[in-house]
Formats: sequence, C-alpha cells, structure tokens
Amino acid sequence: MLNKIKNLKSTTKVDFATYFGVIVAFIVITILMNQGMLKRAHVGMLVPICSYITMAVALNLVVGISGELSLGHAGFMSIGAFTGVIAAMSLTSAIPSEPIRLAVAMVVAAVCSGAAGAVIGIPVLRLRGDYLAIVTLAFGEIIKELMNCLIVGHDSEGLHIIFNYNGSKSVEDLHMLTDGAVIVKGAQGTVNVDTISTFAAGFVLVMVTLVIVLNLVRSRSGRAILACRDNRIAAESVGINVTSYKMMAFVTSAALAGAAGALYGLNFSSMQATKFDFNQSILVLVFVVLGGLGNIWGSIIAATVLYILPEALREVADLRMLVYAIVLIVVMLATNSPAVKNVLSKILPKRRKEMD
Amino acid sequence: MEFLSYLISGISLGSVYAIIALGYTMVYGIAKMLNFAHGDVIMVGGYISFCAMSYLDLPWPIAVLLAMLVCTVLGVVIEGLAYKPLRQATSLAVLITAIGVSYFLQNAALLIFGATPKVYTPIISGTLKLFGGQLSISYVSLVTIAACIVIMIALTLFTDKTKMGKAMRACSEDKGAAQLMGINVNGTISLTFAIGSALAAVAGVLLCSSYPTLMNTTGSMPGIKAFTAAVFGGIGSIPGAFLGGILLGIIESLAKAYISTQLANSIVFGVLIVILLVRPAGLLGKYVPEKV
Amino acid sequence: MAKKFDKPKMVPVPSHSIIPERDASKSPILECSHLGIDFGGLRAVDDFNIAIGRTEIAGLIGPNGAGKTTVFNLLTKVYQPTRGTILLDGMDTAGKNSAQINRMGIARTFQNIRLFSDMSVEDNVKVGLHNANAYSMASGILRLPNYWIQEKAAHERALELLSIFDMQDMANMKAGSLPYGAQRRLEIVRALATNPKLLLLDEPAAGMNPSETAELMENIVRIRDMFQIAILLIEHDMSLVMSICEGICVLDFGQIIAKGTAEEIQANPAVIEAYLGKKKEA
Repeated sequence: MLNKIKNLKSTTKVDFATYFGVIVAFIVITILMNQGMLKRAHVGMLVPICSYITMAVALNLVVGISGELSLGHAGFMSIGAFTGVIAAMSLTSAIPSEPIRLAVAMVVAAVCSGAAGAVIGIPVLRLRGDYLAIVTLAFGEIIKELMNCLIVGHDSEGLHIIFNYNGSKSVEDLHMLTDGAVIVKGAQGTVNVDTISTFAAGFVLVMVTLVIVLNLVRSRSGRAILACRDNRIAAESVGINVTSYKMMAFVTSAALAGAAGALYGLNFSSMQATKFDFNQSILVLVFVVLGGLGNIWGSIIAATVLYILPEALREVADLRMLVYAIVLIVVMLATNSPAVKNVLSKILPKRRKEMD
Repeated sequence: MEFLSYLISGISLGSVYAIIALGYTMVYGIAKMLNFAHGDVIMVGGYISFCAMSYLDLPWPIAVLLAMLVCTVLGVVIEGLAYKPLRQATSLAVLITAIGVSYFLQNAALLIFGATPKVYTPIISGTLKLFGGQLSISYVSLVTIAACIVIMIALTLFTDKTKMGKAMRACSEDKGAAQLMGINVNGTISLTFAIGSALAAVAGVLLCSSYPTLMNTTGSMPGIKAFTAAVFGGIGSIPGAFLGGILLGIIESLAKAYISTQLANSIVFGVLIVILLVRPAGLLGKYVPEKV
Repeated sequence: MAKKFDKPKMVPVPSHSIIPERDASKSPILECSHLGIDFGGLRAVDDFNIAIGRTEIAGLIGPNGAGKTTVFNLLTKVYQPTRGTILLDGMDTAGKNSAQINRMGIARTFQNIRLFSDMSVEDNVKVGLHNANAYSMASGILRLPNYWIQEKAAHERALELLSIFDMQDMANMKAGSLPYGAQRRLEIVRALATNPKLLLLDEPAAGMNPSETAELMENIVRIRDMFQIAILLIEHDMSLVMSICEGICVLDFGQIIAKGTAEEIQANPAVIEAYLGKKKEA
C-alpha cells in the first residue's frame, strides 16, 4: 500500500492530499459544530467560504491554468445566484426535499452561467491579454446592471419576469395571482428567500468542483489548455484548436461559478445584484493570485484565510480593510520582488538551521 | 436644443475621462501595468482641494496646485514603494499590488474623512445662457473642456518635442534598449507616474466640480471608465485616450438621456466590446502580431 | 568527418521541381505554386514554387532575411498566403488554419524554440499525441475506461518516441529545464508525435557543436527511414545541408534563385553571389 502511494506521480499525490485535506476539514468542522464549539457568527461563514472556495478554484481554471485574466467572474456568480434562487423558489412545491431542490437549483444555475460563459466567451476569447481582461470587466458590469433591472415573481401559473430597464415598472406589473410570491424585486434584489444552503451542500460542491477541475487538468484536454497557455503558436502547430480549449476552460469555470453563486444566493434571505460588482471579481482574483496561479489547494487555503481575515479583524473594526490592503501589498512584494526575496532567503536558512 | 445640451455635458464628462485616461495610458505605455490605484489618486486630489478650499479658505487656483503637488508626490511614492520592486514580476502580480494600493487609499480616506460624503463647492459657479436662455452651459463644463484640450496639446508637445518626452517614448518601446542608450529608465517611469498623478488631481477637481459629492469611492468608477476609454482609443496612445474619453462621455450622456439611466454603463461597456471586436487594439492603437 | 550519406538520382516532376527517383512513381507530398505573401508593400515571399517527394529530405537555404521562415509560416498557415496554392498530398490547403494543417499532415519545429516549458517532457510529447489518442472531455473528468486506455497508449507511445533520441530518462523533467540541444530534439519528437507526412525543421542544428550536428544528421536520416516521411529543413550549416539534403532550394529576397542537388547548388553562380556578394568588375 505504502509502495503504491510512493509510486504515484507527484501531481497525483498533491491531488489526493487536496481531497483528503478538504474531507478532514469538513469532518472536523462538522464535529465542532455538533459539539456546539463554534460561535453562531463562525457557523454563518461556512457556506460563503465554500462558495468562495468554489469561485476561486473556478477562476483559477481560467486565470492560472488557461492563462487568461478575467476581471468579471462575479458576473457569472451573479447569474448563478439569481437563476439558482429563482429556480429553487419556483420549485418549492414541486420538490419538497430541500437538498434535492438545492441540487437542482445549482445545476440550473451552472447551466445558465455556463451558457452565458459560452455567449461571452465567443467575443472575449478572440482578444488577448489586457484587452481580454477589460472586456471581461465590461461584461461583469453589464451583467450587474442587467440583474439590477430584473423583477421576477412566481405563482400557480408559473414564472412572471419583467425587465425594468427604465425604472418605470414595479412588482404590480407582474400581474400575479393572489398565491404569487415575489422572488426578485429589481434593485432590492432577492427577497424572502428560503435559505436552504447548508455546509454539507457546500462541501459537496467543493468536492465536485475539485474532481472536475483536477481531473480536467490531468487529462488530455487539460494538457491542451496548458499548452495553449504556455505557447499558443506551438499548440496550434501540433493540431490543437486553441479557441475551443480556451472556451472549454472558460465555460467550465463559468458553470462552476454559477453553482457557487446559487449556493451563495440560497444562503441569504435577501441579496442585491450590486453585491456582485467589480470588487467582488477582484476579491476572488486576489484569492487565486495569493494562492498561486494554477495551484488548486493554494486557492482553497487563500480563499478560506482571506475570507476569515477581515472577519477576524473585526476587533479593529475601522482599520481592518486598511490592514487587509497592507497585508495584500506586503505579501505581493514578499513573494514577487527579487530584492525582498533576497532578504528573506538570507533570513530563512538561518532559521532552519536553528530549528535543526 | 435639448440634444445639444446633453451633447455638451457629454463632452464635458468625456473631458474628465480623457484627462484620467491620459494618465492611465501613459503609465500603461511605459510600465505595461494596469494601475488600478489611478482612480483613487483622483479621489485624493478631490479631498486635498476640498480641504484647501473649505478648511483653509485658499483660492481655487492654489487649491488645485496644492492637490497636484500632493498627488504628484503620492504617485511617485506609490510607484517607488509598491511598483518599482515588482519591475521583473508578472503583470498579474503588479495588478494585484495596484489593487492593494487602491484598497489602501480608499480605506485611508475613509478613516481620515469618514463615511459621510462631503459636498464639494465647484471651483466656478454659474451658467452661460445661449439662444435666449434655451441652452444653458455651466462654466464648469467649459473650463473642463478647455482644460482637457490644453492638457492634451501640452502632453503631445511634451512627448514629441522634449528630451524627456522622447526618453519616455523610448522606454515604452523597449526598456532594455533605452537603458543601453543611457536613458534613466527608473527616473523616466517615476516622471510618468508624476505626470499621470498630477493629471489625476486636476481630473479630481473637475470631476467634483461637476458632480459635487466627494467620498472615498468617488474615484473608482470614473477610474474604471477612464481606463475603458483608454482601451477604447487604443491604450498607450495619447490622442487615442483623448478620443476615447470624449466618445465615452458622449455615449454615456446620450444613453442616460435617451435610453435608460439604469443601463447607461452597460451601453458604454457594450460599445467598448463592439469596438474591440472590430478593432482589437482600439480605435487608434496599433496591433502588433507575435513574431514566429 | 561526418558519415557519407547515399544520394538518390533526382528526376524532374511536372511542377517546377526535381524529386528523388524512388518517389517519382507517386505524386509529390507537397506542391507549392506561385506562393507569395506581402507585408504592407513588402513582397516577403514571391512566386515560390516547389515540389517535395514523399520520402525526400529537402533543404531550404538562403542568406538571413531571405524569407525562409516566412515560407514555413505560410506552409503551416501561421500567415495566410496573399497568393498561390499549397497542395498537401494532392489536397488544397486554402482556408485551413494552423491546427487543421497539422491534422492534414504537416508538423514543424521553430527557430526560436517553442516548447511548453512549464510542462514535463513527457507531457510535451503527449500534447503532440493530442489527436492521435483522443477521448472526450467527459471521459477525462469522469475517468471512464476510454481515458485509461488512451492515456496508457499515449504514455507508451511518448516513451517510444522519446527513445529515438535516447530521451526516455528525461520524461519527468520540466521541458524548460532541459539543455538547449535536448530542447531542440524534444521539439522534433513533439512534431513527430502528431504523425506527420511532412516534417518542417527550422534550423535544427542552430547552436550545436560539430559532433552534435553530425549526430543530428544521422538522426534526421534515421527518422525519415523509420517513419517514411518527407522532411524539409532550413539550415545555415552547409555541411549538414550538403550531406543530407537531396533536393535544395535557395531563396534570396523572397524569391527562389536556384534549385537542384547539392553539387548543382554549390556550382551555381547566382547562389555564390547571393552568399558572397557580386565580384567587382575589374
């Protein structure tokens, strides 16, 4: 058995360690939760953390593995959150079981976001570098404004949707029957949502995401995606259709972001479209970059730590975002500047010797 | 007549974007980095001039100069502390650092000035009435447009005619070669940041004069839009930034007036996307294919 | 001194060229007629006509800037030609992109090495096997039986191909960390993995010392014999070109100035002038 593990490729070992770490973390937290050892505030953070981990891993697929900078991934999270909430709310009577309804909602969200990813990917992936980045940013902002105009309700006749683009419409214009309930109320966002997201569901989503992303990367398609990133022209020269593999990564990532959005949206009784703005995209990008480009377990750790950090800094309330900013700058300088690295390398070996 | 007034307010807004975009484009051209903190330098410029005028009762030209001075120093300090150590790092690392700087400036401003928006007193008040009062144009708009044109001409002359301007262009083409020709590359980059930040201060004053609420996030959206404008016109190109800024302002103003206030930004970004699909390097940018 | 290589008798073919007698019974693998491209006002390549036999080793030489790499870029559709046609195995390549050209049967190496430098040596070859050992994205994610079968086949094939250059021990090294010569060889292996009918080598001996070059020559001939493919190479090392190339084409200022066997080229006054300059009239 031990020999078998030794003979595995180093990448396979890292993958197994990643799965193992996530499972152990889930078990430990579940035990702590059942023992009542976690504060309410901490329990409330579990589902968002799962959804940010999924977002970070999904974005890493685009930025780290496919090598295209996306500054609009919150848009896909937004599409997922709204479609997921709408799906879950309108299926309340059709699917009584909450876990199944949540699963269905996440699948619907993933399909819708994936489709949006495909539509957006066609123009976006024709561009390169910073131009691609700015267009993803543009799409993120467009999605935010479009979602802000949505008014949706559900009654026994089905879904009622209006698109309030000039601010003149209101809930009354839905013309719902008396048994109807409003789900999305324009700029106020989702209202009276049944919060069916659970930590267990979040754990399952993270595991599914890991299986999809890790297995994809270690397969033929993943090699093609990496090849397109490393050297586009060489990849074409060996018969790889670069656009379709960039597209594969982009759409997969969008779909996963959508599922993460559904988990997130169904965790809060109300949520506004403006939540998923440029800063949200950047927040997730920071997780990816600090966790290491292409490094999946790095994304998981970074998402967790950086989500908890501002909450942990609540004691210094006003200063916390300032501290966060400074931590961000210092970490970037420490990991990327040759001068700072030199200084660190002079200190670190000494420390290791002391430990010996 | 109504159309004309929307058009002029669009040009005025576009002039602010253009001034910010000029700073963006110069920095991008030379340092090849998206300086997301640029928008927050605008906000700092706004606050400095606000304090100078409201608390110290200084006349506005002095306030503007003071804001330019502080922002210039700030720009150079940011460049030296946060960006210079990352000259060899990946562009993504620099981008994240820039975002860190942006967060820092926003939250520092929040701590110092609080969350309540300040009401900014425009540097010039009053409106010009034309056609028997049918068309009224605020003086601020006129000053903004004039300032933008002056800055644009001055910058073009500077980069074309002066030795430092030529050094700047040389550095943006090829830093290594410029260094070998005896150009002080680091100095030139610092100078670019200084100019860009001074322009941001001017933009801050003009922006707050037209839209007189000043808070710690005032600069972010105009910053993003100005960056869009720079890309729109072809990033790295000074006339491109000018053209992109003006067009963006006009599109935004007309979209708000005739189509939808809610979706004005979407329309602006939609036009950007279409332009980039037709001309992948922007309106005036040059597309350089990869050498095989 | 390098090993002596046997040279075949060359025979003319209808389309403007000569090919080895042994290939004459079949149509040429590559036929270009009137191929050309303009960059702005500059005619980078003009009226390029060539035919290459199915198992021929052909050479494309010329002074720096003559347009040799541009010809490769035209053949592989990195650039779309402005004029002319390229027939690969009798099929027109008009309207095809680089990836499709590769699937039709042309593989290449690059003058400035283009490996997937962050990936392992084996993975570089496996990327070359992308279309040979295909399975769907779903099989990959769900690890269906097809994944295991094709991955095993790809692994074995990759090691087999690497063994041509005795590189199977380097399979797990990062491609970017290989020594220069090994990187050039890996590029050839990766190109061979795509199972080409025509292999384009862009300065394969660049940066190699004479003994490495001699070894490379033997390997190029061996590859041709093993895979029974045509090879077109750009090279500045004349000893290599003259010893292994059967048909040679000389390019200067984007135009063919001479075509023929090594002996004919060496004696051609236009070639000597292109390389050494015109003799001053006394």
